[in-house]
Amino acid sequence: MSDNMKLPEFPRNMFDFANKDKHIHDAKFETKPIGYFKDAWLRFRKNKSAVVAAVLIVLLALFAIIVPYVSNYDVTFRDGYYKTVLPKSSLFSSLGIWNGAKVQRETQAGYDYFNAIGVETGRDVILDVKSQTVDANGITYYSLLIDSYYKVGYTYVNLSEDEYLALQEYQDSTGIQIIYPLPETYRTNFVMGNKGASFWYLLEDDSATSDGKAVLDENGDYIPNYIATSNKEQAGYTSLRIAGDDGGEDGNTWYVYGQRNQSGYKVRVDYYEYFIYKNNFEPSFFFGTNIYGQDIFTCLAAGARLSFLLAISVSFINFLIGAIYGAIEGYYGGAIDISMERVSDVLASVPFIVVATLFQMHLADEVGVLGSLLFAFVLTGWVSMAHRVRMQFYRFKRQEYILAARTLGASDQRLIFKHIFPNAIGTIITGSVLAIPGVIFTESILSYLNIVNLETSSLTSIGTMLANGQGYLNTYPHIILFPALFISILMISFNLFGNGLRDAFNPSLRGADE
Amino acid sequence: MGKYIVKRILLMFLTLFIIMTMCFILIKMLPLPAIREMGRDVNLILAKREQMGYNRPLLVQYFLFLKSVILHWDWGVGEQMYEALNVWDVLLQKLPYTISVNLYSILLAIPLGLGFGIYAALKKNKWQDHVVSTVVVVFISVPSYVYAFIVQYLLCYKFGWFPLTLESLDTAAFFSGRMIRSMMPAIMSLGFGVVAGLTRYTRAELSEVLTSDFMLLARTKGLTKAQATYRHALRNAMVVILPMIIGEFIGILVGSLIIEKIFAIPGVGSLYIYAINVRDYNFFMALTVFYTFIGLASGIVIDISYGIIDPRIRMGSRK
Repeated sequence: MSDNMKLPEFPRNMFDFANKDKHIHDAKFETKPIGYFKDAWLRFRKNKSAVVAAVLIVLLALFAIIVPYVSNYDVTFRDGYYKTVLPKSSLFSSLGIWNGAKVQRETQAGYDYFNAIGVETGRDVILDVKSQTVDANGITYYSLLIDSYYKVGYTYVNLSEDEYLALQEYQDSTGIQIIYPLPETYRTNFVMGNKGASFWYLLEDDSATSDGKAVLDENGDYIPNYIATSNKEQAGYTSLRIAGDDGGEDGNTWYVYGQRNQSGYKVRVDYYEYFIYKNNFEPSFFFGTNIYGQDIFTCLAAGARLSFLLAISVSFINFLIGAIYGAIEGYYGGAIDISMERVSDVLASVPFIVVATLFQMHLADEVGVLGSLLFAFVLTGWVSMAHRVRMQFYRFKRQEYILAARTLGASDQRLIFKHIFPNAIGTIITGSVLAIPGVIFTESILSYLNIVNLETSSLTSIGTMLANGQGYLNTYPHIILFPALFISILMISFNLFGNGLRDAFNPSLRGADE
Repeated sequence: MGKYIVKRILLMFLTLFIIMTMCFILIKMLPLPAIREMGRDVNLILAKREQMGYNRPLLVQYFLFLKSVILHWDWGVGEQMYEALNVWDVLLQKLPYTISVNLYSILLAIPLGLGFGIYAALKKNKWQDHVVSTVVVVFISVPSYVYAFIVQYLLCYKFGWFPLTLESLDTAAFFSGRMIRSMMPAIMSLGFGVVAGLTRYTRAELSEVLTSDFMLLARTKGLTKAQATYRHALRNAMVVILPMIIGEFIGILVGSLIIEKIFAIPGVGSLYIYAINVRDYNFFMALTVFYTFIGLASGIVIDISYGIIDPRIRMGSRK
């Protein structure tokens, strides 16, 4: 007999019943319950790169939604003079970057041409002379930093009587010179067309074959070469006159500002100011313009908006079809599953480009280019979603809780929607989100290859913009740079975001590639 | 195994037949484009149309089409492009360009991708791994045409290392240095994505194998880390990686439409885009079948290769 058994006697009155006079209940949880989505959110939040990616996607989406409303331009805007101008932002231009300027190699004639525009308008076209070299043949070359906006210079416009008067009135009220005297240069009028409007100075050799070099006076200034007349108000011009146009002593040197022709008046305008007069804002293109003179910033936003809309609707429709189809396949299994799998197998085997092409050929005239593209995406796109849902159904339908629910008399519908679907929701959301970048990418390729032509007067797409810029990649890389950058950032963000979502919804799949 | 393969191949031809039928009917429902005046050739094409029963009922046409394809391997003649030339001959002519560009790019990409992947897996969760993984995400996400623009702008225009367009066969032999040099931009643009994909795949597979129990056993029995990795881990990882590489090799027949367009490579992709733009239905039909067939065949080859590489995988058996 061990010592343990020989316990001392404890007096009974030393003990007391616990909770003698209360009923014991389960204590209510003090913390908030963490549901499925909360749980996923907590995991998602820890994934820094996915959060950054999500923020980027939101920013890009906001860009696509907001910019077309607030921009000065729209997709229909085309300016014949500001073609391929470089990106310019008023915020940065004073720092010497993003100022719409580019270094250009020019001869003496080119130097004279751009410098003269600066002298006459008072806005320097040549921002900086980088270097000046003389080659073996004795020809001087300049390396000039040239402002792509100011270099447009002057142009001739034909105005009707009313427009002509209105423009003069605008000049009088604002004091801004827009109409400049017409020059007499031969080259100007007969050889160079509108571009020749900037030759307001005397040329060394004023013929069709001239190299365009200017004659300078003893001070190194240009010698003006305007058409002059004795009639001050020739062609009805009563408005501002440029400096130096004071009539002279013999009263025979008033410069001519307008010429009457069949349709009205031919006048020479400073295009920068004329643009402001026409549009009420200064020409400044944040991402520059393309070869049609469209604002790339606005076009990109409009194209991105189109892509987003298309991708989200495709993703949503595919989700609906795929979820229902996959649920039926997965839930019922057997012969239904096999026959339905055959159908989706065949559809999935058709190369997408064939589907897109056939839909374009058949439906584009009836439901529009965009509509037929949407159909094409939907026709084959839902298959992968159905496949995902089917897999999930196979995973869950044999589990005990389903059997329990079935024993309790739950209907098929209830089992599908109440008991299995909620388990599959994570995979479905991930799949739907990851389908979006795929659609955007494919759409850009199809419109780039011109299989789908999304370019109309008021519509554009990222692929179209890339295709338009391809021939100008060497000279104007900015046309391609911004759309390419946009789609690259979008793709990277979506991939990171999708991975984050997958890890958050299915922690067991972390790191695995679907 | 043999039974399974036969079953898969029969199923493939059934799928191919269904798709071919759908495409044929959909194409025939489109208005037939007029033939451009090309002198003698018009009569040739018209005779061919007569032979193919163009003004007879749809089913008869399809029957005649199938008959000429199966018995004579005759896919018709070009009507809007390569007039009166045999479609299949033109396709065969274009194939070498597509194959060589894609072949070079994956031959270049496989060692790089495997190398980076193995390196990242061995350095798992160290900074080297993070660098490789981050770069891989970027390179996988960025569309191939963006690489093409970058390569074209920097290497062709700015540095002038490579010519802008492909050398023609008249001036450079197919496997000459000049030809390969002129293919380099396209090869590189295609390669980035493949390298990144392969790196990610290799890293994921290998790092999973490296943590398994038999690796511990290999180390306890006295193998060095290098020996264990090479003899045991890599071989097991290859079971999954190799089918992917095989899939890439089959994909070289299809090529990339957009890269061929950007670098003006006269390959199958360019032919397809051209056929769509000028609406040549014979070419379109033949290329559609070609693409579909390659897609289906690569699926089968990949599945079967799993069974051959890894004897543990039983084909076609029910679980």
